[in-house]
Amino acid sequence: MWRWLHPYAKGEATYRLLGRWLPWLTGSAVLTLAVGLIWGLLYAPPDYQQGDSYRIIYIHVPAAIFSMGTYTAMAIAALIALVWQIRTAEWAIAAIAPVGAVLTFIALFTGAVWGKPMWGTWWEWDARLTSELILLFLYLGVIALYHAFSDSRTGAKAAGILALVGVVNVPIIHYSVYWWNSLHQGATITKFEKPSMATSMLIPLLICLLGFALMTAAFVCQRLRNEILRQELHRSWVQQELDQ
Amino acid sequence: MTVVVKAQQLTSVRAGRTLFADLDVQVEAGGVLHVEGPNGAGKSTLLRILAGLLTPQRGQVDLFGQPAAADLEQWQRRLLFIGHKAAVKSELTALENLDLQACFDGATVADPWQLLETVGLLGLEDIPAQQLSAGQQRRIALARLWYSPAPLWILDEPFTALDQAGIELLQQRFAEHSAAGGTLILTSHQPLSWQPPQLKHLRVEVVS
Amino acid sequence: MNRASTWALVKILMRRDLKVALRRRSDIVNPLLFVIMVVSLFPLAVGPGPDVLGRIAAGVIWVTALLAALLGSERLFRDDYLDGSLEQMTLLPVPLPVLALAKIFVHWLLSGLPLVILTPLTALLLKLPVEGWSTLLLTLLLGTPVLSALTAIGAALTVSLGRGGALLSLLLLPLFIPLLIFAAAAVEGALVGAPVVGQVVLLAGLMVLTLTLAPLAVAGAIRVSVN
Repeated sequence: MWRWLHPYAKGEATYRLLGRWLPWLTGSAVLTLAVGLIWGLLYAPPDYQQGDSYRIIYIHVPAAIFSMGTYTAMAIAALIALVWQIRTAEWAIAAIAPVGAVLTFIALFTGAVWGKPMWGTWWEWDARLTSELILLFLYLGVIALYHAFSDSRTGAKAAGILALVGVVNVPIIHYSVYWWNSLHQGATITKFEKPSMATSMLIPLLICLLGFALMTAAFVCQRLRNEILRQELHRSWVQQELDQ
Repeated sequence: MTVVVKAQQLTSVRAGRTLFADLDVQVEAGGVLHVEGPNGAGKSTLLRILAGLLTPQRGQVDLFGQPAAADLEQWQRRLLFIGHKAAVKSELTALENLDLQACFDGATVADPWQLLETVGLLGLEDIPAQQLSAGQQRRIALARLWYSPAPLWILDEPFTALDQAGIELLQQRFAEHSAAGGTLILTSHQPLSWQPPQLKHLRVEVVS
Repeated sequence: MNRASTWALVKILMRRDLKVALRRRSDIVNPLLFVIMVVSLFPLAVGPGPDVLGRIAAGVIWVTALLAALLGSERLFRDDYLDGSLEQMTLLPVPLPVLALAKIFVHWLLSGLPLVILTPLTALLLKLPVEGWSTLLLTLLLGTPVLSALTAIGAALTVSLGRGGALLSLLLLPLFIPLLIFAAAAVEGALVGAPVVGQVVLLAGLMVLTLTLAPLAVAGAIRVSVN
């Protein structure tokens, strides 16, 4: 009997809680993204310099912002996992990392695509793109380390330590890359310096930001649920859940 | 009689499998605890928990009346743990290894040659440990028992790779340690030929 | 009861590590040979003209230093892990981060310091103008401890895996980037006669920060790996 009594049973509660949130998150994410993207891509006015090509910011900017934000979230989960030994937080590291890596990849890809009309090249060693690239390496490191261990507990702890080391380094890397960029390219005007963005362009961007936040949360929720099921596969509640 | 090791309601789960649950362990000064059980029952895990190397999922271990968290350093100063791995540096000779071990244990060996003779390594002292046999490397590690100032010994399978004479020698040393008020927790698959009155047995079983 | 003081135990640990390392000198020498060889590949690849070589010299030497740090990093805790010394290390009555710092220091003595000493030779091979030499030496002196500390984190995380190799470079190289940027830029600045105090101070700050935090991460990683 004690087998089911020890404090691990928390997995089930978390699973059910996330299950209640998930439909709401998914629904509102789909709705917000649809509104934001349709508005941004079809109805917002074209830029007087870049024409329609600027519209990629409605994907690029939210992806770039949340690629960093997700890393921070992962590091917080890692801290909780290591300090309080909470298993749900360990699983959260594994659930968050791939979502963040995909966001980073989207930011990189859209940045490169944008670079073609802007700079005439698919890849420019622009500070923001370079730091996104390094962020992608950091994510891949965490994912690779997690999967390198056969015991997922050890893997999660190791990946957690790496995520914490990474989060200390992210600002340093960010700063160093910007500084390096200014050193080598002089005062190039980066594409993000938009002191006066028209309100008609800004509002759909803000909606897209919210949409990406909700979408990221929904993906993390679903992945965390999957992770809980996978880790607790031998427990009776999972069996009952799967039989239904 | 002072209680040296007191563990309550220890529960350990490794890789999703419960090894043991609600296990109580108590050993007094001068006591000997022989942990028995089949392979995979969690003997090593239990010893590692008692040595403070692992945290149990549930339960608490007190050594000398103090929990681990209270003063880890004081714990470690009174504990000698020898696990499966001998912690012998293969590049260094037997004598160098003995010397370093003694320094780490905060002990001085009055007569290293005498010690080498006792543990049966005399004549092999200047050969790098990697050229010695498994049993001889094990003897280097176990030589710590002859000078260690720690009152509590936790030994995981100390007889592995030892010949019959080595096993007898070790048990003699256990008897001396116990007579001097020292405490001993060990695992082994073979029964002890030394059966003192203070010997207790603890059996862990594979939980299905 | 073990009455040895913290400092005494740390000293023994360092003595043991040095002793073991000196028994296997090839582990110290091979990364240095690797550095010299990689450095001598560059003139063959881009031509021996001093203008090209001199311009890329500092960057090449630093990249080579990073690669050399990776090359030897797997060994940092591997033997200790396999023979059980790492487990005994966690049982010593000394805070584990202190022991981790001692390991980092010994690693630096055996891999970082030789690299610094080798600098005149590599600078000569790559025709680095003399104005850049002192700055290059200074950046290596400040930067190699950072390399050792970061390497120790990666090595401690992967020690129980048995196959660090490519994974280790994936973990470590992104963390090396700020170091590379500041160090290479400092030397470049020195070559054009710009003041380099700013970069050097930044590097010093990076070193202090890394040496403060890395031992904690290494200690945590060792505990995870030993179990």
